[in-house]
Amino acid sequence: MIQAILVFNNHGKPRLVRFYQHFPEEIQQQIVRETFHLVLKRDDNICNFLEGGSLIGGSDYKLIYRHYATLYFVFCVDSSESELGILDLIQVFVETLDKCFENVCELDLIFHMDKVHYILQEVVMGGMVLETNMNEIVAQIEAQNRLEKSEVRQVL
Amino acid sequence: MVAPSLKLQDLIEEIRGAKTQAQEREVIQKECAHIRASFREGDPLHRHRQLAKLLYVHMLGYPAHFGQMECLKLIASPRFTDKRVGYLGAMLLLDERQDAHLLITNSIKNDLSQGIQPVQGLALCTLSTMGSAEMCQDLATEVEKLLLQPSPYVRKKAILTAVHIIRKVPELSNIFLPSCAQLLHERHHGVLLGTITLITELCERSPAALRHFRKVVPQLVQKLRTLVTTGYSTEHSISGVSDPFLQVQILRLLRILGRNHEESSEAMNDLLAQVATNTDTSRNAGSAVLFETVLTIMDIPSAAGLRVLAINILGRFLLHSDKNIRYVALMSLLRLVQSDHNAVQRHRPTVVDCLQETDASLSRRALELSLALVNSSNVRAMTRELQAFLESCPPDLRADCASGILLAAERFAPTKRWHMDTILHVLTTAGTYVRDDAVANLTQLIAGAQELHAYSVRRLYSALAEDISQQPLVQVAAWCIGEYGDLLLEGNCEDIEPLQVEEEEVLALLERVLQSHMSLPATRGYALTALMKLSTRLRGDNNRIRQVVSIYGSCLDVELQQRAVEYNALFRKYDHMRAAILEKMPLVERGGPQVDEEAKESKAAAKLSEAAPVPAEPQASKLLDLLDLLDGPSEDAQHPPPLDPSPGGALVQLLDLPYAPPPPAPIPSLKVFEREGVQLNLSFIRPPGTPALLLITVTVTNSSGGDVTHFICQAAVPKSFQLQLQAPTGDTVPAQGGLPITQLFRILNPNKTPLRLKLRLTYNHFGQPVQEIFEVNNLPVETWQ
Repeated sequence: MIQAILVFNNHGKPRLVRFYQHFPEEIQQQIVRETFHLVLKRDDNICNFLEGGSLIGGSDYKLIYRHYATLYFVFCVDSSESELGILDLIQVFVETLDKCFENVCELDLIFHMDKVHYILQEVVMGGMVLETNMNEIVAQIEAQNRLEKSEVRQVL
Repeated sequence: MVAPSLKLQDLIEEIRGAKTQAQEREVIQKECAHIRASFREGDPLHRHRQLAKLLYVHMLGYPAHFGQMECLKLIASPRFTDKRVGYLGAMLLLDERQDAHLLITNSIKNDLSQGIQPVQGLALCTLSTMGSAEMCQDLATEVEKLLLQPSPYVRKKAILTAVHIIRKVPELSNIFLPSCAQLLHERHHGVLLGTITLITELCERSPAALRHFRKVVPQLVQKLRTLVTTGYSTEHSISGVSDPFLQVQILRLLRILGRNHEESSEAMNDLLAQVATNTDTSRNAGSAVLFETVLTIMDIPSAAGLRVLAINILGRFLLHSDKNIRYVALMSLLRLVQSDHNAVQRHRPTVVDCLQETDASLSRRALELSLALVNSSNVRAMTRELQAFLESCPPDLRADCASGILLAAERFAPTKRWHMDTILHVLTTAGTYVRDDAVANLTQLIAGAQELHAYSVRRLYSALAEDISQQPLVQVAAWCIGEYGDLLLEGNCEDIEPLQVEEEEVLALLERVLQSHMSLPATRGYALTALMKLSTRLRGDNNRIRQVVSIYGSCLDVELQQRAVEYNALFRKYDHMRAAILEKMPLVERGGPQVDEEAKESKAAAKLSEAAPVPAEPQASKLLDLLDLLDGPSEDAQHPPPLDPSPGGALVQLLDLPYAPPPPAPIPSLKVFEREGVQLNLSFIRPPGTPALLLITVTVTNSSGGDVTHFICQAAVPKSFQLQLQAPTGDTVPAQGGLPITQLFRILNPNKTPLRLKLRLTYNHFGQPVQEIFEVNNLPVETWQ
């Protein structure tokens, strides 16, 4: 099970924070900060797996992360997930973002935080992998966007 | 009419424009005030925008609880735009702990049954993220209906929601089980993925479900085979592997179904062999599938040849250039080291090489695995490697490495001397990182091996002479020198080069330890006691030692001061006993209760300086008479053994000595006996920290004209109590108000039953023997409540 998905930049500013288990707000912020510090210490040529910090569940949990330009994508998972599989999943998520935003960059995530959540919801749901076929995901997102646009036209 | 509110993007622009944290806070607080006002007004048109902004600032860490009710309103709105934000808000802001979360149950129900597909999707997503047990109960049937709907989009979401429901309310598993068989026939990968996840969850929770689903093993095998042999399919392939996520899930389910089940594993064997040999591992996706295959092969009763193949695959991965793969290989081997120890042993050299990894995650895994691979045949070689690692490893691994080596040494030491050498090496290399019990373990080891005494003391002396900064080493060395100082000075030992040590050097070294600012108070205690012991071991006169001891009599550290004062007392008043008290420790048995030898000796000194020791005679036979008079004579009223000077004998009693006077509790004392001027008083104390404990002090006074001699007091209590009698201060009470005898009773009353106490007194008075037996009446209630 995936416990949390965090995206933050090289300075620790959160860009996407999604927990699949409940934590009180202060703890959530603490976890983001702690994860950032753990991940920041890592060089770029070492493995992408980290034992989780103390806050986020202890020895059964791992942090699996990838570093893309200015952003860290961190998935906190328990031992039931395949580590290499999660690495691929992060890649799928990022490539999907790329398709939906057309050459996605950090600014896209900043200004469209809600849209990023909606895309994520099509990939991971309730802490479990939902869909990994990028075409399906993108098609679904586009359909939903069209739906929203049509409602806006109605109002106007 | 409120001014048109900011769009989300504009707010974000403003926040990013803030130069300082304080400015950002200001911007956000201003905006939140607007948002609050807008919520109060209940503007339906812009509500979704306001909530979106609120969710953004929530991510940055600002409070957003006032938006919770707005989520409900948005979810209830008919517009998709509103629902989208509303459900997102519910997932981010609401949770089981707030009552508000139940209010969306109805909206979810409506959306599930009547909404368009995207809306159904939203509702399912929300339910699977934050659905509480109550919500799951209410909505389970709705979700079940959606499992077999035509649209795969909704179905795959419903399936995963079902997994969540089962996690929250396991009893609902039965609702979802029937649909699984049909769902397995699906072609849509998303639906399949969810179905496999659902079946896995069901099997993990219920043995009955596990048996039920064993039937589908052939079907799963077929599906996996299709995926593996399909080759390049644009739809689902990741780096040329067909839907590796689905493959991994199927493999995991096969593992669960095949575990401990011959028939199922036989059905999978061929396929597993095929996957293991044909998967392309040049990219991550293939490796992921291969790892899962290996784990499955190892977990089911598979053919021996297949298992060997699997472990060899892992061995190959240990040498892979990709660090992630090496990491997963180490982890997998760690999982297998218990069950397939010999197979993993074959890769020991590679594992040991991995200790040299610069990557901390990898070297940690390699360390764990190396420690797990130590056995009696490779212990010497492995310990050498691990010791080399200990010298160069990063600080956060030191503690684990040190304790790992010590543990391995304890389990597999070929000889005691090797064991001692190993521990010594660890203490000198990583002394500050060892656990606290390492010192006790080492002293126990040395104390228990007589043949090691000379060797140990010499090695420890040399190590100490070089470096007095590593505290555990210093403590053990000090203890050893104190105990076996005579052996040190003898100069001969077959196992090491002869070492000529002068008495003065030894004393000087211990004094250095005492004075060093690096020494912890506990270490100083060890050193002082060691000096004291040397006073009986060395042949020279003890002036130097006496000097040091008396200096420390005014040390600021209370513990040291107390010891020094007591040792001083030993020199001055009890010199005749000093040799006996400071005798060598008897050989300690391994595995016995950890006894602090230092505490024993200082308590011995404490006892002596408090009161003149008097042996009490055990009178076990007469005890039975007394006990017969009370219900349940089976418990014993202990009599303290005679107080002889040997440390072993005095041990039992001394450890029971209450070290500090118990704090006074206001229980009235009781006069229980009076005869011809001889009086017996009981005073009671209930120490606050131990509710079951009662301390009774018996005081015997004599106001008559004749001495009381040979006074003995015995006691008996009911069965549920435990009674201990301490040695009395004497057996004589001189006439005319001479010094009274006091004796301490310790009574444990775990069941808090009413206390009954019977006493038997025997003494000589006016030349006549006196015996009195009586039960103590009027015991205050506070003594046992």
